[in-house]
Amino acid sequence: MALLTVDSLQVSFTTRNGTHQAVKGVSFSVEPRKLTAIIGESGSGKSVSCYAMLGLIPTPPGRIDGGTALFDGRDLLSLSEGELRAIRGRDIAMIFQDPMTCLNPFMTIGEQLIEPLLVHQKLPKKQATERAIALLDEVGIRAPETTFNAYPHEFSGGMRQRVMIAMALINEPRLLIADEPTTALDVTIQAQILKLIAELQKKRDIGVLFISHDLAVVADIADHIVVMEQGEVVEQGAPSDLFSAAKHPYTQKLLDAIPTGQRVSTLTDPKPLIEVQQLRTWFYPNAKAAPVKAVDDVSLTIHRGEILGLVGESGSGKSTLGRALLRLAPITDGQVSFDGTRVTDLEGNGLKEFRRRMQMIFQDPFASLNPRMTVYDTLAEPLLLHGICAKSELDRVIARLMDDVGLAHSFIRKYPHEFSGGQRQRIAIGRALATKPEFIVADEPVSALDVTIQAQILDLLMDLGSEYGLTMLFISHDMAVIRHIADRIVVMYNGRLVEQGSTDQVFNAPKEAYTQSLLASIPGAALQ
Amino acid sequence: MSQTTGSAANLLDQAEQGSSLWQDAWRRLRKNKLAVAGGAILILLMIVALLTPWLAPYNYETQDLDLGATPPSAQHWLGTDIFGRDLLTQIMYGGRVSLAVGFIATAVALLIGVTWGAVAGYVGGKVDAVMMRLVDILYALPFMIFIVLLMVVFGRNVLLLFLAIGAVEWLTMARIMRSQVQSLRQQEFVEAAISLGLGPAAILRRHVVPNALGPIIVYTTLTIPSVMLLEAFLSFLGLGIQPPQTSWGLLISYGAETMEEYPWLLIFPGLALTITLFSLNFLGDGLRDALDVRGSKD
Repeated sequence: MALLTVDSLQVSFTTRNGTHQAVKGVSFSVEPRKLTAIIGESGSGKSVSCYAMLGLIPTPPGRIDGGTALFDGRDLLSLSEGELRAIRGRDIAMIFQDPMTCLNPFMTIGEQLIEPLLVHQKLPKKQATERAIALLDEVGIRAPETTFNAYPHEFSGGMRQRVMIAMALINEPRLLIADEPTTALDVTIQAQILKLIAELQKKRDIGVLFISHDLAVVADIADHIVVMEQGEVVEQGAPSDLFSAAKHPYTQKLLDAIPTGQRVSTLTDPKPLIEVQQLRTWFYPNAKAAPVKAVDDVSLTIHRGEILGLVGESGSGKSTLGRALLRLAPITDGQVSFDGTRVTDLEGNGLKEFRRRMQMIFQDPFASLNPRMTVYDTLAEPLLLHGICAKSELDRVIARLMDDVGLAHSFIRKYPHEFSGGQRQRIAIGRALATKPEFIVADEPVSALDVTIQAQILDLLMDLGSEYGLTMLFISHDMAVIRHIADRIVVMYNGRLVEQGSTDQVFNAPKEAYTQSLLASIPGAALQ
Repeated sequence: MSQTTGSAANLLDQAEQGSSLWQDAWRRLRKNKLAVAGGAILILLMIVALLTPWLAPYNYETQDLDLGATPPSAQHWLGTDIFGRDLLTQIMYGGRVSLAVGFIATAVALLIGVTWGAVAGYVGGKVDAVMMRLVDILYALPFMIFIVLLMVVFGRNVLLLFLAIGAVEWLTMARIMRSQVQSLRQQEFVEAAISLGLGPAAILRRHVVPNALGPIIVYTTLTIPSVMLLEAFLSFLGLGIQPPQTSWGLLISYGAETMEEYPWLLIFPGLALTITLFSLNFLGDGLRDALDVRGSKD
């Protein structure tokens, strides 16, 4: 018998702008000892469905319009708030995307762990502590006795997520709902957490409902996959069936959006556009402390017309390196030369001209656009600043830019908040291309986007790259994306360059142990 | 800055004139009935203040001790004070002083505070430390001593009063602006502007200050009334306006002394101040919403 059976669940939100049907008759079930994954992009209603049945959506504006959610023979949707509270956290536990916001920074990990035991189960403190320590050990935290008295900020993201999992398991739930639990984590850590969840589920006999936007992440661990689009379940089934014979076009679209294949380098020009010699960017938090070596002795060259992929995990210094090349981050020592000019020495107008020739595309298109400037203003600014075109031609040039990045002309007077993430990233790309640069640093330009949008933006970048004859430094933590787009790859770890080579070499014959572990962490082996 | 940068900046500003932020804000503001009403009342009050010498029914100095304090009547619409002076006339002349102090002193505070805070917050480092320590020192200076010193050195005049109040009120403004700018300059769109090659002044003017306007406008609408009350306090101590000149603040404090016998002497000046404050608040809220492009379009 299924642990949880959701049948034609309907949820709507009523706002000033009318009623929005977020979930339109969704049905699925979670079997005990199985992992059910719900896949969908932002706005697909995947999270709303799960939060609604636990009474976790604000009502109003939210409203459950119909359906049932049978858990243990009881309909969750008809329970009172008090009865639901008794189920939440005891029989059904949740883990979330960002573990930091879910932990109280002023309480030790231990205090937070044993709180439910003291409150709900009225266990004596000693017994509760023993149980918490055993659990910390089980989720793979080293030296759990010491950890017990530590505060959340003393942990890395991966460790915090382990603590969150321990907290979810402390009352021995039968159903675990995991909402994008690995999205905020590095690839190698993500692989570990996915493995941990799969292990715990087998060992503890619990059903898991795993919400994710990324098909590759759940491909290896799911027993059953539910694909949602715009509030509806479009397809569900076993992963093997779904991957080999997707029936619904949307599922096929999701599968196609996973970056595959390897770029075949067609590079002929051996002339380096950018030469970096022993670049160092050290930050000094205060006079006495040791410097933080964000970038340490990095030397590399980027050839004209090349897309160089820069891979590394958070804290590896990859973004700082990209910014240092553009003089957006300080350079402590070393040389950067661009087309024969020493960038490090430039000042005033020389620097301004150099900025015209090198541009940047940022990760988060919600932060990189001025919220009070329309598309027109945003695109006009670089054009006017550098005198790229006469004022009389401004409208025509802006219209061409919008065509190039695939934005409809009718958007010209709109503000950034009126656009989706993908459209915003197109505006940001348009702004970077406005000055007709020769070199672009793209810092994780697709990692904040939905999978299908990600594929579109990658294609756009590759097309524009060849159209404008761009040289690009493409920074990413995602190996599949890098493999898809880059001619050559450099790998960074702890501020240092650990490996470089052609895409083929790095993927098929990695020399360094770190590169090997990165490659081993790529999720979605079942998809290949 | 070089010649080329200057001309480019001019071009950018020309583009900005056609730009939609202010036009959109104006369109949204017009749709907010409360804000429009507030603005209309404020404009009306200012016109009355300007034309008071011609509009006022009586002379504000002429006393009629035989008449004394009378309640509102056909001759004196709002009644008279204990010296038999027409209250409506007093309120009209008082409004001239109160509105002028409120708006001019706040404008002074706004200009100094926003510039000071924006520069300190954007440049950061040692410049910021020095600038903000100066603000701290001025904060620590007892306000009264500061004013008394100014009066002693420069003699008592109304203009000095504006400056003195403005010189105190900009401190908080600078702090608000600085914290706004500090968080804004970390934003990626500012980094994007740097990588486009924009200079610091243009970045402040085009990217930072417009995004910091919300809290500044709200604080401004709160500053104007507090400045008006400050003037009343100073005048009451004999450091500001002196009778027979008057202001709303003074009228209110005299009215408060005699409110049991002659309540209208407190009610009417109080009403004038209250109406002004309400209008300011509605207009301020409306402006803030209008400048927030994320607000609904219709």
